[in-house]
Amino acid sequence: MNLSPDDWRALALTAQLATVVTAILFVVGTPLAWWLARTQSRWRGPVSAVVALPIVLPPTVIGFYLLIALGPNGPGGQLTQAMGLGLLPFTFWGLVLASVIYSLPFMVQPLQAAFEAIGRRPLEAAATLRAAPLDRFFHVVVPLARPGFLTAGVLAFAHTVGEFGVVLMLGGNLAGETRVASVQLYDYVEAYDYAGAHRLAAVLMVFSFLVLLTVYARRTSAR
Amino acid sequence: MLRRLPAVFAALGLGLAGLSAHAGETTIAVAANFAEPIKAIVADFSRATGHTVKISTGATGKFYAQIVNGAPFDALLAADDETPARLVAEKHGVPDSVFSYAVGRLVLWSADAGKVDARASALKSGNFRFLSVANPKTAPYGRAALETLAAMKVEVPESKRVVGESIAQAYQFAATGNADLGFVAQSQVWKAGKLRSGSAWGVPESMHQPIRQAAVLLVRGRDNAAARALLDWLKSPSARKIIESYGYGS
Repeated sequence: MNLSPDDWRALALTAQLATVVTAILFVVGTPLAWWLARTQSRWRGPVSAVVALPIVLPPTVIGFYLLIALGPNGPGGQLTQAMGLGLLPFTFWGLVLASVIYSLPFMVQPLQAAFEAIGRRPLEAAATLRAAPLDRFFHVVVPLARPGFLTAGVLAFAHTVGEFGVVLMLGGNLAGETRVASVQLYDYVEAYDYAGAHRLAAVLMVFSFLVLLTVYARRTSAR
Repeated sequence: MLRRLPAVFAALGLGLAGLSAHAGETTIAVAANFAEPIKAIVADFSRATGHTVKISTGATGKFYAQIVNGAPFDALLAADDETPARLVAEKHGVPDSVFSYAVGRLVLWSADAGKVDARASALKSGNFRFLSVANPKTAPYGRAALETLAAMKVEVPESKRVVGESIAQAYQFAATGNADLGFVAQSQVWKAGKLRSGSAWGVPESMHQPIRQAAVLLVRGRDNAAARALLDWLKSPSARKIIESYGYGS
């Protein structure tokens, strides 16, 4: 593969971004999905709708509003400045925040479905055996929902790798900081360097295929 | 409205009824930065000739890829002069139909009214957080911005230079205040001959290669009377006047 150093840099940054985002989404998404799967609250509907919204909005639109909200005059920007974090647009952590929002439904929805499929019985059984709530969750729910965790993790990771509109809008295309593979690829296309574009696209496709294959292959064999 | 009057008179002079009998339709692709002026020009044009014009606005590079792959456009008003030349060389454009319809003017702009002075001191002293520019590899305005920095002998580290995919995005970065300075197109911050908001410094044209925006008749539109008439109309005094009022040179 004749990838340029810039290509490798963009690929490494993409992998780093997707990994960090997926890790954060596991932490944030799991309790949220659990709550959505169990709650009788009347907030269940509105919260589910909000979680699904990023699927509806065009990514560049999400990016544009994040740019405004996190900018120096936006509420988010004023908050991050007050917290001493500075402004997030055009930084790696800005992309992380945007990607967490953007990929949230891809984490929460499979997890929620997996939790709902487990039902109450295994938990009630564990409770009668005096397992504490956290104990029940980690030793009963997590193993039973393993395929759900796998699907959710893969979808969130893949979705972040393929993300384009949001990062383009919020990232400012800074090498090593916000120029991920999809943006680098777009630059090639726009600069009429179709050969460069094809190379990078091929690597992205092969990489993504292999990741998806390992996960899905393992999933069928586990059943 | 007043500026359209000459066109209306021209239309009357040409004989509206006679032309309408042969009214045609054309679909043209127009660089995003020219979206507003083309609307005003086409309004006059349609009134005068009876031709219907469908306008698709977007990035020139995307249009190129679409045209090469058979997109139904009769003409392209590009953001540069290289793409039309390339289309002709690759036999998608009609030879000799290429002409420059507008010359882009570059300005250093800030959404903050007090930021940019007549000597661009904020840029020279490095007194800014981010400078937004269009991608120099793909956007003529981006290339002109880098040439201007070189001419001014100002070094801006890459980490302080945010790159918009197009001049539209470079403007968004600056308009939302995330980049406190930006090299943008004068046409983006200009209306009716003056600055709409913020503060700006007009880059002297000697500091960069001219940003020529060229139009080309595409092979598909070779026999389309409406497309040919529109390209001619772009050279008319009334169209030129509109183009200049939006901050372009001609």
